[in-house]
Amino acid sequence: MTTHLDADGHLDGVRVAITGGTSGLGLALVAELTRRGARVAFVARTRERVDEVARAHPRAFGIVGDVARKEDIYPIALQIAGNLGGLDVLINNASSLGPAPLALLADTECEELELALATNVLGPFRLTRALLGALTASAREGRRSVVLNVSSDAAVNAYPQWGAYGASKAALRHMTRIWDEELAVEGVRFLSLDPGDMDTPLHALAVPDSDPTTLKRPESAARELADAIAAAVTGSGADTRVGPHREGVASASGAEPAAGVAGADPRVRPGFAESRP
Amino acid sequence: MIAANWPLQRPRDARLLVVDAHGRIAHAPRSRFIDFLKPGDLVIANDAATLPASLRGVHVPTGAPIEVRLAGQPSLAPDPERASVWFSAVVFGAGDFRTRTEDRPLPPALAPGDRLVFPPAATDTAGVPPTGVEGLSATVEALLDHPRLVLLRFRGPTQAVWAGLARHGRPIQYAHMSTPLAMWDVWTPIAALPAAFEPPSAGFALDWGSIRAMRGRGITFATITLAAGISSTGDPELDRRLPFDEPYRIPETTASAVREIRTTGGRVIAIGTTVVRALEHAAARHGVVRAGEGIADQRIGPGSPLRIVDAILSGTHEPGGSHYQILRAFLDDATLADADAVLEARGYRTHEFGDSVLIERQETRCQTPYICDSVSDQGLVTTAA
Repeated sequence: MTTHLDADGHLDGVRVAITGGTSGLGLALVAELTRRGARVAFVARTRERVDEVARAHPRAFGIVGDVARKEDIYPIALQIAGNLGGLDVLINNASSLGPAPLALLADTECEELELALATNVLGPFRLTRALLGALTASAREGRRSVVLNVSSDAAVNAYPQWGAYGASKAALRHMTRIWDEELAVEGVRFLSLDPGDMDTPLHALAVPDSDPTTLKRPESAARELADAIAAAVTGSGADTRVGPHREGVASASGAEPAAGVAGADPRVRPGFAESRP
Repeated sequence: MIAANWPLQRPRDARLLVVDAHGRIAHAPRSRFIDFLKPGDLVIANDAATLPASLRGVHVPTGAPIEVRLAGQPSLAPDPERASVWFSAVVFGAGDFRTRTEDRPLPPALAPGDRLVFPPAATDTAGVPPTGVEGLSATVEALLDHPRLVLLRFRGPTQAVWAGLARHGRPIQYAHMSTPLAMWDVWTPIAALPAAFEPPSAGFALDWGSIRAMRGRGITFATITLAAGISSTGDPELDRRLPFDEPYRIPETTASAVREIRTTGGRVIAIGTTVVRALEHAAARHGVVRAGEGIADQRIGPGSPLRIVDAILSGTHEPGGSHYQILRAFLDDATLADADAVLEARGYRTHEFGDSVLIERQETRCQTPYICDSVSDQGLVTTAA
């Protein structure tokens, strides 16, 4: 059941960084989180797009950089922590599909797998490490800090032709669980959430002939993720940190809520199984 | 001492020299430094991240190449409401870090109103900077009583200044290093707010495993943020003015942890001289540490009262610099000379990536008899024994 946290869903003054913030889910998150009062910095590769999105969201800080490039990580982290004066929430959203069009693993070039791993695993790892000081500083001062890693049901299910993406997202999802185990004590919560199949450029790249009307709107996924973040930073309701089964790491199987912590609406989520050609 | 010249924050063979309140000396692997602490102690580190404070550029009026090293700022973070960002800066003439700062030429004569430009590094294949990317530029606002030292104004918005620093700046480099330093070399694991001009390098000793181990032993970990200024300019006249004023901030959770420790007999262990400077500055007026921002403008040296800090983990420092002066507040010169002789004889490494010392304040300098008693019962060295 969808939870609209009208009273608690506000994120006034919460400092949020979003990678991949100029298209798809990332762009929708920039809009949703700034609307809820968060102070947002977003990262994307193309200066023109960053400037465009920054013009449309004058309260958000645009940062040009590529999380897949090791050399870009600290310049990105410097600008995030500098502009926001610290950081409460990091959303690792930027993703690479791997080969496009999709290909069998046996036909996937090593370089294509490397790029998927660089964007989907190493980038979030490096950026999280670089910003961990800021995130734990926030937690030490009594705020709740959160790292949200955007996942996929391809992280769990073995879909043919989704090898590079699926393997990298599986690694990210597992890494998220270990981060969460290790850093709970420092006050940083790690979430892995599957937003569901959305009408985004990445999905169009993967499944060019899919009917967008059957896909979830990124705006509605952004609302669910924002609810999950709001629940985690305010510690309300769905914070299930204690206990053996962390629901914060969303189950990606179709029978379970897409955005596992809060705000999930399983009705609107077709899942990859349905949307594959 | 030998200069540590490889940028590894926590080399496996890093060593620790411990000098306890009785002047007793012990040696240990630095990774075991928490063995010298005890339950109830409070460890406080500086979580400032390091700015890419070295900018290569051109002095527009003369066309001469220069290097600017940002050295100080009026507050911890630039005010986003203001149209400009100000830094004090040390300006060098031609050359780079491979030349010792002592041997670097003066910049051309600088005057208020002079423009300095820092050309963009990132260009496309045709050598043209990407659309909308401008070279970072600054204006000399004032000379600060020295031909190298100026107040610079970078035109805002602050966002553009951050982007410019990210694009053009590099960490301040050292002639003794065998390889240029990258940002990841100089950010400590706990680096948070980018505010330091040189790394608060005592924090290199910390990793998340040691912070976790502290918690496991009932030792509290807390942080302050102090915009650590440059440690040396190579210019004797300027170096005599160090340390420059350094803005700092003490979080409420840290201030209350310090207050609490005074009632429980635990010790305050500062990770680095910058932490000593912030805490002692904050306590100077009222004797207790209050949360909030301040500007540390005091000098700490022999005879300076230490109201808060009981022990310091620090890099090894060569006699003379302002960091070494701070160590002199912890113990008498004879004991410090003994420690220096041991460091020298045992081949300890010095500078940012070198070995460390853990120095407990001598009991004669204790301000609080109750704490003195507990220290004399259990000095650092006996704690670990």
